[in-house]
Amino acid sequence: MEINFTHHQSAHCENGVVSNLMKHNGFDVSEPMAFGIGSGLLFCYIPFLKVNHAPALTYRAMPGLIFKRFAKRVGIKIKREKFKNPETAKIRLNENLAENNPVGLQVGVYNLVYFPDEYRFHFNAHNLVVYGKKGDTYLISDPVMETVTTLTEKELEKVRFAKGAFAPKGHMYYPIDFPKELNIRKAIVKGIKHTCRDMLAPVPVVGVKGIRMVAKLIRKWPKKKGVKVANHYLGQIVRMQEEIGTGGGGFRYIYAAFLQEAGKLLENDSLTQLSTEMTEIGDSWRDFALDASRIYKNRSAKDDAYNNIASQLDDLANREEAFFKKLRKAI
Amino acid sequence: MKKSDVPQDNSSLKSGDFKELCYAVNEDGEYTTANSSGWEPKTIALDNAIQEINERVAHAKDKVINNQTSPIEYYMELHKMDISILSSYVGIWKWRVKRHFKPKVFQNLSSKILQKYADAFEITLDQLKNIEHGD
Repeated sequence: MEINFTHHQSAHCENGVVSNLMKHNGFDVSEPMAFGIGSGLLFCYIPFLKVNHAPALTYRAMPGLIFKRFAKRVGIKIKREKFKNPETAKIRLNENLAENNPVGLQVGVYNLVYFPDEYRFHFNAHNLVVYGKKGDTYLISDPVMETVTTLTEKELEKVRFAKGAFAPKGHMYYPIDFPKELNIRKAIVKGIKHTCRDMLAPVPVVGVKGIRMVAKLIRKWPKKKGVKVANHYLGQIVRMQEEIGTGGGGFRYIYAAFLQEAGKLLENDSLTQLSTEMTEIGDSWRDFALDASRIYKNRSAKDDAYNNIASQLDDLANREEAFFKKLRKAI
Repeated sequence: MKKSDVPQDNSSLKSGDFKELCYAVNEDGEYTTANSSGWEPKTIALDNAIQEINERVAHAKDKVINNQTSPIEYYMELHKMDISILSSYVGIWKWRVKRHFKPKVFQNLSSKILQKYADAFEITLDQLKNIEHGD
Protein backbone atom coordinates (compact mmCIF):
# COMPACT_ATOMS: atom_id res chain seq x y z
CA MET A 1 0.00 0.00 0.00
CA GLU A 2 1.14 3.50 -0.67
CA ILE A 3 -0.43 6.64 0.73
CA ASN A 4 -0.50 9.63 -1.58
CA PHE A 5 1.99 11.72 0.40
CA THR A 6 4.02 14.63 -0.91
CA HIS A 7 7.61 14.81 0.26
CA HIS A 8 9.10 18.27 0.86
CA GLN A 9 12.73 18.56 1.84
CA SER A 10 13.33 20.64 4.94
CA ALA A 11 16.35 21.80 6.87
CA HIS A 12 15.43 20.20 10.15
CA CYS A 13 13.76 16.85 10.71
CA GLU A 14 11.23 17.74 13.39
CA ASN A 15 9.90 20.91 11.74
CA GLY A 16 9.90 19.01 8.47
CA VAL A 17 7.74 16.20 9.81
CA VAL A 18 5.30 18.69 11.35
CA SER A 19 5.14 20.72 8.16
CA ASN A 20 4.80 17.69 5.89
CA LEU A 21 2.10 16.05 8.03
CA MET A 22 0.16 19.34 8.21
CA LYS A 23 0.40 19.80 4.46
CA HIS A 24 -0.83 16.25 3.98
CA ASN A 25 -3.88 17.09 6.05
CA GLY A 26 -4.64 20.18 4.00
CA PHE A 27 -3.04 22.92 6.10
CA ASP A 28 -0.27 24.87 4.44
CA VAL A 29 2.24 25.29 7.26
CA SER A 30 5.81 26.08 6.22
CA GLU A 31 8.86 24.75 8.03
CA PRO A 32 9.82 28.15 9.52
CA MET A 33 6.22 28.58 10.72
CA ALA A 34 6.31 25.24 12.52
CA PHE A 35 9.69 26.14 14.02
CA GLY A 36 8.66 29.64 15.15
CA ILE A 37 5.29 28.69 16.59
CA GLY A 38 6.89 25.74 18.37
CA SER A 39 9.52 28.13 19.85
CA GLY A 40 12.33 26.03 18.46
CA LEU A 41 15.05 28.67 18.76
CA LEU A 42 17.23 28.42 21.84
CA PHE A 43 20.75 28.42 23.10
CA CYS A 44 21.60 26.15 25.95
CA TYR A 45 24.85 24.88 27.37
CA ILE A 46 24.31 21.61 29.19
CA PRO A 47 26.81 21.29 32.02
CA PHE A 48 28.11 17.90 33.20
CA LEU A 49 26.97 16.18 30.02
CA LYS A 50 29.39 15.02 27.35
CA VAL A 51 28.43 14.13 23.80
CA ASN A 52 31.11 12.44 21.70
CA HIS A 53 33.54 13.24 24.53
CA ALA A 54 32.94 16.99 24.27
CA PRO A 55 30.65 19.43 26.10
CA ALA A 56 27.02 19.38 25.04
CA LEU A 57 25.25 22.48 23.86
CA THR A 58 22.23 23.02 21.73
CA TYR A 59 20.79 25.73 19.49
CA ARG A 60 17.24 24.38 19.61
CA ALA A 61 14.51 23.22 21.96
CA MET A 62 14.45 19.66 23.27
CA PRO A 63 13.44 16.98 20.76
CA GLY A 64 9.67 16.62 20.58
CA LEU A 65 8.95 19.98 22.20
CA ILE A 66 8.56 21.88 18.92
CA PHE A 67 5.73 19.63 17.74
CA LYS A 68 4.10 19.55 21.17
CA ARG A 69 4.01 23.34 21.51
CA PHE A 70 2.98 23.80 17.88
CA ALA A 71 0.03 21.43 18.32
CA LYS A 72 -1.14 23.09 21.51
CA ARG A 73 -0.88 26.60 20.11
CA VAL A 74 -2.70 26.02 16.82
CA GLY A 75 -5.27 23.72 18.41
CA ILE A 76 -4.60 20.31 16.87
CA LYS A 77 -4.48 17.05 18.79
CA ILE A 78 -1.67 14.54 18.43
CA LYS A 79 -1.76 10.90 19.34
CA ARG A 80 1.52 9.49 20.60
CA GLU A 81 2.37 5.87 21.18
CA LYS A 82 5.42 4.23 22.66
CA PHE A 83 6.07 0.51 22.79
CA LYS A 84 7.93 -2.04 24.84
CA ASN A 85 7.52 -4.77 22.29
CA PRO A 86 8.84 -4.28 18.72
CA GLU A 87 6.18 -6.66 17.39
CA THR A 88 3.29 -4.53 18.73
CA ALA A 89 5.03 -1.44 17.42
CA LYS A 90 5.10 -2.96 13.95
CA ILE A 91 1.45 -4.05 14.09
CA ARG A 92 0.30 -0.56 15.17
CA LEU A 93 2.34 1.02 12.38
CA ASN A 94 0.85 -1.32 9.78
CA GLU A 95 -2.67 -0.65 11.06
CA ASN A 96 -2.16 3.06 10.59
CA LEU A 97 -0.78 2.63 7.10
CA ALA A 98 -3.77 0.43 6.22
CA GLU A 99 -6.04 3.27 7.32
CA ASN A 100 -4.25 5.61 4.94
CA ASN A 101 -2.66 7.51 7.81
CA PRO A 102 1.01 8.51 7.36
CA VAL A 103 2.74 8.62 10.76
CA GLY A 104 5.76 10.35 12.23
CA LEU A 105 8.38 8.18 13.89
CA GLN A 106 11.22 9.02 16.23
CA VAL A 107 14.32 7.03 15.28
CA GLY A 108 18.01 6.64 16.04
CA VAL A 109 20.47 7.82 13.40
CA TYR A 110 23.26 5.30 13.93
CA ASN A 111 21.61 2.48 11.99
CA LEU A 112 19.89 4.63 9.39
CA VAL A 113 21.34 2.98 6.31
CA TYR A 114 20.55 5.70 3.77
CA PHE A 115 22.52 8.31 5.76
CA PRO A 116 26.15 8.91 4.80
CA ASP A 117 28.39 6.92 7.15
CA GLU A 118 30.02 10.07 8.49
CA TYR A 119 26.74 11.36 9.86
CA ARG A 120 25.80 8.19 11.67
CA PHE A 121 26.32 8.92 15.34
CA HIS A 122 24.33 7.63 18.30
CA PHE A 123 21.72 10.33 18.13
CA ASN A 124 18.20 9.20 18.91
CA ALA A 125 16.04 12.20 18.19
CA HIS A 126 15.71 12.04 14.45
CA ASN A 127 12.24 12.14 12.89
CA LEU A 128 10.79 10.77 9.69
CA VAL A 129 7.43 9.89 8.13
CA VAL A 130 6.34 6.43 6.99
CA TYR A 131 3.83 6.69 4.18
CA GLY A 132 3.42 3.15 2.90
CA LYS A 133 4.64 -0.41 2.68
CA LYS A 134 5.46 -2.62 -0.27
CA GLY A 135 6.21 -6.24 0.55
CA ASP A 136 8.53 -6.03 3.54
CA THR A 137 9.81 -2.57 2.62
CA TYR A 138 8.55 0.60 4.22
CA LEU A 139 8.28 3.79 2.19
CA ILE A 140 10.04 6.56 4.07
CA SER A 141 9.87 10.33 3.72
CA ASP A 142 12.86 11.65 5.65
CA PRO A 143 12.54 15.46 5.65
CA VAL A 144 16.27 16.15 5.49
CA MET A 145 16.71 14.01 2.35
CA GLU A 146 16.11 15.42 -1.11
CA THR A 147 13.82 12.56 -2.14
CA VAL A 148 11.87 9.73 -0.53
CA THR A 149 13.64 6.52 0.43
CA THR A 150 12.93 3.06 1.85
CA LEU A 151 13.82 0.84 4.78
CA THR A 152 13.24 -2.88 5.24
CA GLU A 153 11.17 -4.14 8.17
CA LYS A 154 14.30 -5.18 10.00
CA GLU A 155 16.12 -1.91 9.37
CA LEU A 156 13.14 0.12 10.56
CA GLU A 157 12.76 -1.95 13.70
CA LYS A 158 16.40 -1.38 14.55
CA VAL A 159 16.21 2.42 14.29
CA ARG A 160 12.88 2.54 16.14
CA PHE A 161 14.39 0.61 19.01
CA ALA A 162 17.80 2.25 19.14
CA LYS A 163 19.21 2.49 22.67
CA GLY A 164 20.97 5.18 24.67
CA ALA A 165 19.95 8.73 25.62
CA PHE A 166 16.47 9.71 24.33
CA ALA A 167 15.82 6.09 23.27
CA PRO A 168 12.82 6.31 20.93
CA LYS A 169 11.08 3.12 22.18
CA GLY A 170 9.21 2.86 18.91
CA HIS A 171 7.73 6.35 19.42
CA MET A 172 5.02 6.94 16.80
CA TYR A 173 2.88 10.06 16.48
CA TYR A 174 0.23 11.53 14.22
CA PRO A 175 -2.36 14.32 14.34
CA ILE A 176 -5.89 13.04 15.02
CA ASP A 177 -8.04 16.12 15.42
CA PHE A 178 -7.99 19.45 13.61
CA PRO A 179 -9.95 22.64 14.25
CA LYS A 180 -11.85 24.14 11.31
CA GLU A 181 -9.26 26.84 11.06
CA LEU A 182 -5.87 27.06 12.75
CA ASN A 183 -5.35 29.93 15.22
CA ILE A 184 -2.17 30.91 13.42
CA ARG A 185 -2.06 34.56 14.53
CA LYS A 186 -2.49 33.85 18.21
CA ALA A 187 -0.06 30.95 17.95
CA ILE A 188 2.62 33.18 16.40
CA VAL A 189 2.37 35.69 19.24
CA LYS A 190 2.59 32.92 21.82
CA GLY A 191 5.53 31.30 20.06
CA ILE A 192 7.51 34.55 19.82
CA LYS A 193 6.85 35.49 23.45
CA HIS A 194 8.05 32.10 24.57
CA THR A 195 11.27 32.35 22.55
CA CYS A 196 11.99 35.83 23.98
CA ARG A 197 11.45 34.47 27.48
CA ASP A 198 13.80 31.56 26.83
CA MET A 199 16.55 33.64 25.28
CA LEU A 200 16.44 36.27 28.03
CA ALA A 201 16.01 33.75 30.86
CA PRO A 202 17.85 34.60 34.08
CA VAL A 203 19.56 31.20 34.06
CA PRO A 204 23.34 31.06 33.59
CA VAL A 205 23.33 28.28 30.98
CA VAL A 206 20.31 29.33 28.89
CA GLY A 207 19.85 31.94 26.15
CA VAL A 208 22.17 34.94 25.92
CA LYS A 209 23.64 34.11 29.32
CA GLY A 210 24.48 30.65 28.03
CA ILE A 211 26.29 32.19 25.05
CA ARG A 212 28.36 34.34 27.43
CA MET A 213 29.16 31.31 29.54
CA VAL A 214 30.44 29.37 26.52
CA ALA A 215 32.54 32.41 25.52
CA LYS A 216 34.10 32.36 28.98
CA LEU A 217 34.81 28.64 28.72
CA ILE A 218 36.47 29.02 25.31
CA ARG A 219 38.94 31.48 26.82
CA LYS A 220 39.86 28.90 29.47
CA TRP A 221 40.03 25.74 27.35
CA PRO A 222 43.46 26.07 25.73
CA LYS A 223 45.16 26.54 29.12
CA LYS A 224 43.04 24.16 31.11
CA LYS A 225 42.59 21.36 28.60
CA GLY A 226 45.40 21.80 26.11
CA VAL A 227 45.15 22.80 22.47
CA LYS A 228 44.08 19.39 21.17
CA VAL A 229 41.09 19.04 23.47
CA ALA A 230 40.18 22.72 23.10
CA ASN A 231 40.06 22.27 19.33
CA HIS A 232 37.98 19.13 19.65
CA TYR A 233 35.51 21.08 21.80
CA LEU A 234 35.42 23.95 19.31
CA GLY A 235 34.71 21.48 16.53
CA GLN A 236 31.79 20.17 18.49
CA ILE A 237 30.33 23.67 18.86
CA VAL A 238 30.62 24.28 15.11
CA ARG A 239 29.03 20.91 14.36
CA MET A 240 26.09 21.56 16.66
CA GLN A 241 25.63 24.94 14.99
CA GLU A 242 26.00 23.99 11.36
CA GLU A 243 25.41 20.25 11.03
CA ILE A 244 22.46 19.01 8.99
CA GLY A 245 19.24 20.32 10.35
CA THR A 246 19.97 23.87 11.39
CA GLY A 247 19.38 25.51 8.02
CA GLY A 248 22.59 27.46 8.65
CA GLY A 249 23.72 29.76 11.46
CA GLY A 250 22.39 27.66 14.32
CA PHE A 251 18.71 27.96 13.23
CA ARG A 252 18.98 31.77 13.08
CA TYR A 253 18.14 31.85 9.36
CA ILE A 254 15.06 29.67 9.77
CA TYR A 255 13.95 31.97 12.55
CA ALA A 256 14.49 35.03 10.36
CA ALA A 257 12.38 33.35 7.66
CA PHE A 258 9.68 32.77 10.27
CA LEU A 259 9.74 36.42 11.38
CA GLN A 260 9.40 37.54 7.77
CA GLU A 261 6.41 35.28 7.20
CA ALA A 262 4.89 36.30 10.55
CA GLY A 263 5.38 39.98 9.71
CA LYS A 264 3.31 39.58 6.57
CA LEU A 265 0.58 37.55 8.27
CA LEU A 266 0.20 39.94 11.20
CA GLU A 267 0.83 43.00 9.01
CA ASN A 268 3.51 44.04 11.44
CA ASP A 269 6.37 45.92 9.75
CA SER A 270 8.65 45.86 12.76
CA LEU A 271 8.73 42.04 12.56
CA THR A 272 9.89 42.31 8.96
CA GLN A 273 12.66 44.68 10.02
CA LEU A 274 13.66 42.39 12.86
CA SER A 275 13.82 39.53 10.38
CA THR A 276 16.55 41.41 8.49
CA GLU A 277 18.39 41.98 11.75
CA MET A 278 18.16 38.29 12.63
CA THR A 279 19.65 37.45 9.22
CA GLU A 280 22.62 39.67 10.05
CA ILE A 281 23.01 37.96 13.41
CA GLY A 282 22.92 34.61 11.59
CA ASP A 283 25.70 35.86 9.30
CA SER A 284 27.82 36.66 12.34
CA TRP A 285 27.24 33.15 13.69
CA ARG A 286 28.54 31.87 10.34
CA ASP A 287 31.61 34.12 10.68
CA PHE A 288 32.18 32.71 14.14
CA ALA A 289 32.05 29.16 12.76
CA LEU A 290 34.46 30.09 9.98
CA ASP A 291 36.99 31.62 12.39
CA ALA A 292 36.66 28.73 14.82
CA SER A 293 37.30 26.26 12.00
CA ARG A 294 40.48 28.16 11.09
CA ILE A 295 41.77 27.59 14.60
CA TYR A 296 41.34 23.84 14.57
CA LYS A 297 42.57 23.63 11.00
CA ASN A 298 45.91 25.20 11.91
CA ARG A 299 46.18 23.27 15.15
CA SER A 300 49.07 25.38 16.50
CA ALA A 301 46.81 28.28 17.38
CA LYS A 302 47.77 30.98 19.83
CA ASP A 303 45.77 31.91 22.91
CA ASP A 304 44.86 35.08 21.14
CA ALA A 305 42.80 33.23 18.54
CA TYR A 306 40.62 31.69 21.24
CA ASN A 307 40.12 35.06 22.91
CA ASN A 308 39.22 36.48 19.54
CA ILE A 309 36.39 34.06 18.83
CA ALA A 310 35.24 34.26 22.44
CA SER A 311 34.85 38.02 21.92
CA GLN A 312 32.81 37.31 18.82
CA LEU A 313 30.49 35.20 20.96
CA ASP A 314 30.23 37.95 23.57
CA ASP A 315 29.30 40.35 20.83
CA LEU A 316 26.66 37.93 19.55
CA ALA A 317 25.24 37.61 23.06
CA ASN A 318 24.94 41.41 23.34
CA ARG A 319 23.26 41.69 19.97
CA GLU A 320 20.83 38.86 20.65
CA GLU A 321 19.98 40.34 24.04
CA ALA A 322 19.08 43.65 22.41
CA PHE A 323 17.29 41.82 19.62
CA PHE A 324 14.98 39.76 21.79
CA LYS A 325 14.15 42.77 23.97
CA LYS A 326 13.05 44.59 20.81
CA LEU A 327 11.15 41.53 19.57
CA ARG A 328 9.29 41.26 22.86
CA LYS A 329 8.08 44.84 22.44
CA ALA A 330 7.25 44.44 18.75
CA ILE A 331 4.68 41.75 19.32
CA MET B 1 22.96 34.92 4.06
CA LYS B 2 22.16 35.74 0.45
CA LYS B 3 20.98 32.96 -1.80
CA SER B 4 23.98 33.52 -4.05
CA ASP B 5 26.25 33.04 -1.01
CA VAL B 6 24.95 29.59 -0.09
CA PRO B 7 28.19 27.61 0.01
CA GLN B 8 28.77 24.86 -2.54
CA ASP B 9 32.10 23.58 -1.26
CA ASN B 10 33.08 20.04 -1.95
CA SER B 11 32.56 18.02 1.13
CA SER B 12 35.14 15.31 1.59
CA LEU B 13 32.35 12.87 2.21
CA LYS B 14 32.14 9.74 0.16
CA SER B 15 28.50 10.41 -0.43
CA GLY B 16 28.95 13.77 -2.09
CA ASP B 17 25.48 13.71 -3.62
CA PHE B 18 23.97 14.40 -0.22
CA LYS B 19 22.63 17.95 -0.35
CA GLU B 20 21.06 19.73 2.53
CA LEU B 21 18.59 22.55 2.63
CA CYS B 22 19.61 26.06 3.70
CA TYR B 23 17.55 29.19 4.27
CA ALA B 24 18.73 32.34 2.49
CA VAL B 25 17.37 35.61 1.12
CA ASN B 26 16.99 36.33 -2.60
CA GLU B 27 17.70 39.69 -4.34
CA ASP B 28 14.38 41.13 -3.12
CA GLY B 29 15.16 40.30 0.50
CA GLU B 30 12.58 37.49 0.55
CA TYR B 31 13.43 34.26 2.34
CA THR B 32 13.73 31.18 0.19
CA THR B 33 15.52 27.85 0.37
CA ALA B 34 18.56 26.57 -1.47
CA ASN B 35 20.44 23.31 -1.49
CA SER B 36 24.02 23.34 -0.28
CA SER B 37 26.54 20.67 -1.18
CA GLY B 38 28.74 21.50 1.79
CA TRP B 39 30.65 24.18 3.65
CA GLU B 40 34.33 23.99 4.42
CA PRO B 41 34.26 24.86 8.15
CA LYS B 42 31.71 22.10 8.63
CA THR B 43 33.68 19.59 6.64
CA ILE B 44 36.77 20.31 8.73
CA ALA B 45 34.80 19.94 11.95
CA LEU B 46 33.35 16.62 10.82
CA ASP B 47 36.72 15.37 9.55
CA ASN B 48 38.27 16.22 12.90
CA ALA B 49 35.54 14.38 14.77
CA ILE B 50 36.02 11.30 12.58
CA GLN B 51 39.78 11.46 12.99
CA GLU B 52 39.29 11.66 16.75
CA ILE B 53 37.17 8.50 16.65
CA ASN B 54 39.73 6.70 14.50
CA GLU B 55 42.43 7.61 17.00
CA ARG B 56 40.32 6.25 19.83
CA VAL B 57 39.75 3.02 17.91
CA ALA B 58 43.45 2.63 17.13
CA HIS B 59 44.34 3.31 20.76
CA ALA B 60 41.83 0.73 21.96
CA LYS B 61 43.21 -1.79 19.49
CA ASP B 62 46.74 -1.28 20.82
CA LYS B 63 45.48 -1.78 24.33
CA VAL B 64 43.82 -5.06 23.37
CA ILE B 65 47.00 -6.30 21.72
CA ASN B 66 49.00 -5.38 24.83
CA ASN B 67 46.45 -7.21 26.97
CA GLN B 68 45.44 -4.04 28.82
CA THR B 69 41.79 -4.23 27.90
CA SER B 70 39.29 -6.67 26.41
CA PRO B 71 38.04 -6.59 22.81
CA ILE B 72 34.74 -5.24 24.14
CA GLU B 73 36.28 -1.81 24.58
CA TYR B 74 37.71 -1.93 21.06
CA TYR B 75 34.35 -2.80 19.50
CA MET B 76 32.66 -0.17 21.65
CA GLU B 77 34.94 2.53 20.21
CA LEU B 78 34.57 1.10 16.71
CA HIS B 79 30.80 1.53 16.99
CA LYS B 80 31.18 5.12 18.25
CA MET B 81 29.64 4.11 21.56
CA ASP B 82 30.48 5.03 25.12
CA ILE B 83 29.91 2.91 28.20
CA SER B 84 26.39 4.13 28.87
CA ILE B 85 25.24 3.52 25.29
CA LEU B 86 26.82 0.07 25.25
CA SER B 87 25.31 -0.70 28.64
CA SER B 88 21.80 0.06 27.37
CA TYR B 89 22.29 -2.02 24.21
CA VAL B 90 23.42 -5.14 26.07
CA GLY B 91 21.20 -4.57 29.10
CA ILE B 92 24.08 -4.89 31.55
CA TRP B 93 24.88 -2.36 34.26
CA LYS B 94 27.62 0.13 33.48
CA TRP B 95 29.91 -1.01 36.28
CA ARG B 96 29.68 -4.58 35.02
CA VAL B 97 30.45 -3.50 31.46
CA LYS B 98 33.47 -1.64 32.78
CA ARG B 99 34.55 -4.76 34.64
CA HIS B 100 34.25 -6.78 31.42
CA PHE B 101 36.99 -4.56 29.96
CA LYS B 102 39.49 -6.40 32.16
CA PRO B 103 41.13 -9.13 30.06
CA LYS B 104 41.07 -11.60 32.94
CA VAL B 105 37.36 -11.07 33.60
CA PHE B 106 36.64 -11.19 29.88
CA GLN B 107 38.25 -14.61 29.53
CA ASN B 108 35.95 -16.11 32.11
CA LEU B 109 32.72 -14.65 30.78
CA SER B 110 29.93 -17.10 30.00
CA SER B 111 29.00 -17.53 26.37
CA LYS B 112 25.56 -16.16 27.23
CA ILE B 113 27.01 -12.79 28.19
CA LEU B 114 29.49 -12.82 25.32
CA GLN B 115 26.59 -13.44 22.96
CA LYS B 116 24.90 -10.28 24.23
CA TYR B 117 27.94 -8.24 23.28
CA ALA B 118 28.30 -10.02 19.96
CA ASP B 119 24.65 -9.25 19.17
CA ALA B 120 25.07 -5.60 20.09
CA PHE B 121 28.07 -5.30 17.77
CA GLU B 122 26.51 -7.60 15.16
CA ILE B 123 29.50 -9.91 15.01
CA THR B 124 30.14 -13.58 15.74
CA LEU B 125 31.55 -14.87 19.03
CA ASP B 126 34.75 -15.67 17.22
CA GLN B 127 35.12 -12.11 15.97
CA LEU B 128 34.42 -10.82 19.46
CA LYS B 129 37.22 -12.90 20.95
CA ASN B 130 39.79 -12.15 18.24
CA ILE B 131 39.76 -8.60 17.03
CA GLU B 132 41.91 -9.44 14.02
CA HIS B 133 38.89 -11.17 12.54
CA GLY B 134 36.90 -7.94 12.76
CA ASP B 135 37.52 -5.02 10.47
